[in-house]
Amino acid sequence: MIFEGEHLFPGQLGHFFVILSFVASLLATVFYFSASRQQDLLLKKEWLRYARIAFGIQVLGVISIFSIIFYLCSNHFYEYMYVYKHASKELEPKYLLACIWEGQEGSFLLWTIWHSVIGSILIFRSKEWEAPVMTVVSLAQFFLLAMLLGIYVFDVRLGNSPFTLTRNEINAPIFSQPNYLSFLKDGMGLNVLLRNYWMVIHPPVLFLGFASTIVPFAYAYAGMQTKRYGDWIKPVLPWALFTAAVLGVGIMMGGKWAYESLNFGGYWAWDPVENASLVPWFLMIAGLHTMLIYKATGHSLRASYLFAILVFVFILYSTFLTRTGVLGDTSVHSFTEAGKAINVMIGLFVLSFTLPSLGLLIRNYNRIPTIHKEENTNSREFWMYIGSLVFFLTSMFIIAKTSVPVYNKVFGTSIAPPEDVEFSYNKIIVLVAIIIGLLTAITQYLKYKTTDRRYLLKKMVLPTIATIIITAILFTVYPFEYRKQGAGFLGAIYVAAFAAIYAVIANAMYIFIVLKGKLVNAGGSIAHAGFALMIVGMLISSGNKEVISSSMVNGINLAVGKDPMTKKEDNPLENLTLIRHLPTRLSSYEVTYLKDSSNHEKGRKFYELKFQKKDINTHEVSEEFTLAPDVYMMKDNNMSSNPDTKSYLSKDIFTYISYALNENNEDTTQFQEKEIGIGDTAFYSAGYMILDTVKTNPLTDRYHSKPGEVALMAELTIVGQDSSRTKAYPLIQVDALGATNLDDTLYAQNTYTRFIGIGKDEKKFRIGIKKSDSLIDFVTVKAYVFPYINLVWLGLIVMALGIISSMIRRGNYNKVQSAVILVLAGIGLFYMFLLAN
Amino acid sequence: MKKTHIILLVGIAALIAGLLAYSSDFSTYDTVSSAKQKEGKYVHLIARLDKTRPVEYDPIKNPNYLAFYAIDSLGGQTKVVYHNSKPADLEKSERIVMKGKMQAGHFECNDIMLKCPSKYKDDKQQLEKTVTEQTAN
Repeated sequence: MIFEGEHLFPGQLGHFFVILSFVASLLATVFYFSASRQQDLLLKKEWLRYARIAFGIQVLGVISIFSIIFYLCSNHFYEYMYVYKHASKELEPKYLLACIWEGQEGSFLLWTIWHSVIGSILIFRSKEWEAPVMTVVSLAQFFLLAMLLGIYVFDVRLGNSPFTLTRNEINAPIFSQPNYLSFLKDGMGLNVLLRNYWMVIHPPVLFLGFASTIVPFAYAYAGMQTKRYGDWIKPVLPWALFTAAVLGVGIMMGGKWAYESLNFGGYWAWDPVENASLVPWFLMIAGLHTMLIYKATGHSLRASYLFAILVFVFILYSTFLTRTGVLGDTSVHSFTEAGKAINVMIGLFVLSFTLPSLGLLIRNYNRIPTIHKEENTNSREFWMYIGSLVFFLTSMFIIAKTSVPVYNKVFGTSIAPPEDVEFSYNKIIVLVAIIIGLLTAITQYLKYKTTDRRYLLKKMVLPTIATIIITAILFTVYPFEYRKQGAGFLGAIYVAAFAAIYAVIANAMYIFIVLKGKLVNAGGSIAHAGFALMIVGMLISSGNKEVISSSMVNGINLAVGKDPMTKKEDNPLENLTLIRHLPTRLSSYEVTYLKDSSNHEKGRKFYELKFQKKDINTHEVSEEFTLAPDVYMMKDNNMSSNPDTKSYLSKDIFTYISYALNENNEDTTQFQEKEIGIGDTAFYSAGYMILDTVKTNPLTDRYHSKPGEVALMAELTIVGQDSSRTKAYPLIQVDALGATNLDDTLYAQNTYTRFIGIGKDEKKFRIGIKKSDSLIDFVTVKAYVFPYINLVWLGLIVMALGIISSMIRRGNYNKVQSAVILVLAGIGLFYMFLLAN
Repeated sequence: MKKTHIILLVGIAALIAGLLAYSSDFSTYDTVSSAKQKEGKYVHLIARLDKTRPVEYDPIKNPNYLAFYAIDSLGGQTKVVYHNSKPADLEKSERIVMKGKMQAGHFECNDIMLKCPSKYKDDKQQLEKTVTEQTAN
């Protein structure tokens, strides 16, 4: 059958590029491997030339694949499965990129793109290390591109191609018609949960971090392959720093996203997917420190090998966890199972890198040089090594817990996460924070090899005293209130906060006391201070986070006059229902739900909430702002909610819609019609109304008169059963086409008024009034206060900039390049984390 | 023995202790009938929404009260009460993981996890349904 309107050529071209780059990556691997084994320099050069050509073709292939997918998505060619699944017409252009990496195939592709970029840089910069290092990069590309193949080998499909056709993938009667495309008008689009600007920026940065972990791994392999066991550390240090910065930022972008939009109730939930990316970062930090030890003293080379290998191994393992569906029930945001074949391929990918690399390390273990003299306990390297061990053991603890679903699969057990997942991590991590905080504070002041005790004491006096004073003041003025987990945990929070503040102060002062203000060498201290500041922010914002919305305030029903002071101390009901136009108390604010509005995105609704802070006695408004949390309405009464946040320097008021009416139910109550004159009173079912006056062509913002039209507006005073008095202004407008009623709704009273017309007696007017129960417009909101959350983001930025400046120093960039990199990174980070949104 | 080795051993011991401490917090995945046997014990229940019975949720009355019926793969049924706002996608979900306790004849749930909607796209049957619905009119 010939189908109408299909665009098959780009897909065939894309498929060709997939196969081309797959073959090219295999050839590049073989050529690079041969080059790395070749002793004869001339032949080695020859192999290298071929290998570079093959890798270059692979790079062009991958870029072409990406461009073709982008082309298909932006043209909405729904004959392609990937486009149908991830794109839709109402998507804003910025989300076109996001829909590429929403799916498995696209995110693998993103990873190969970053490997291509990194590989290209390595070809230019890695000099004599190129052959072995690029062998590893090309091999990784081979495995990743295999996931995109989509070729059948004996009924088994190897990999999922992004260029499959919708009609081949889905069985539906429609596909038996040649003109099926004219019915397939729109795609499914980007999942509404993911429509956020972080979806545009977070995956590329995180994947750049993921992709860059291959570099330390590849250099470790190169060190063993060339038998120049210690020489790879120096060239790999800038890369290790790069990974630490980018992966760290990428992870926290995910945290900021979770905080801003996914209403996880915070930026970190110890979700398996979050853990799976945190573990490699911890290992990279551990490895970075052992590498520095090796460079300064010759100790810790074996540990550096182990960590460099494990970083990448755990990136692969996290891929396995999140993409094979094994996490299924424990994680909210992993991919689903994409088929048995692809799971096996991912498994093979993991094993093909893990087993040989660890095997090679074991075989070479005794050949890796080591110093037999022990480190002094008063040396910097000793405590740095301890710090690395703590990071290593912590990462093992986290991954062991995260892997529970894997044990369940393997051993058939049914172990489930504990009741309070977050606390089961926090109670251990808070102890880690104490140790790491103290180590970070003190270790910088130690010297390599050995440190004079008096020197240490002299330098440490000032930071220690400063910390004691500052924490003493802070804890008195602003104590922690986290009593949920008992006094022991609260005590641990205090000690951890002390240790973290100590680390911030000691590292900041180190720049002046020891480095004499020379910022060029201060990268490490800045990064440490930033890291510790982030920990301080986490302890304060989580320790003193509170829910401020309470349903006890209005008891949900419309009854007015309930004393907000009677609410119970320990309130489990944390959702507050706001009736439209009815001011309701929310903590120290008075909140009014003003209106809902839509924008061009299908199904998205914004709810305007006016927050006012009033003086208790004078009722004067001292502060007023509007928040507009939004909701995506789906067809079947389901919704996805995005919070809106009021940021103060010291805290965030974080509000989101926890329930909203999907559509205005049609009201069936009939208007009661009253014919009254000006000044007359008429009773209705829930009180009475007075017609104050009637105006012709009034000036109001609800109505703008046009020539040839006449409008009449009634001014009514509605007196309810509770003798409340409210004004209503229904309006009728008459033109050549007839009459239009502009009703006025008193949401707070749930009363509707309509100007029906003029009575038989021309002095009288027909006014409709009704009270209805079904039409109440309301939203239910939940609100939190996160105090000092900005310290988390600020700390992260400082840490990233510190790491980047270390990277610049070790990467031998000139002054102009260094300045450009730092300024760009600084502006980017500040904008993303503190200014945007 | 080097000092670093001693510290490494101490660290590993602490790690194991930490994991053992964790194992005491562990909960289990259960079916309706096995959860009923462990009444009052905190478990994870895996089931799906019984679509033949009504979902009880009236946010005007109480936005923090949701009740529905769940069926597990063995056919066991129970009423579920969730004192919180109704999660998005409940009706759409195919599988629900609920954390809580069996008590007084119903499952008192304090956390609900639905099979994530992003996953529906990867589900062939769901796709077929969507395409058929979309092209029907």
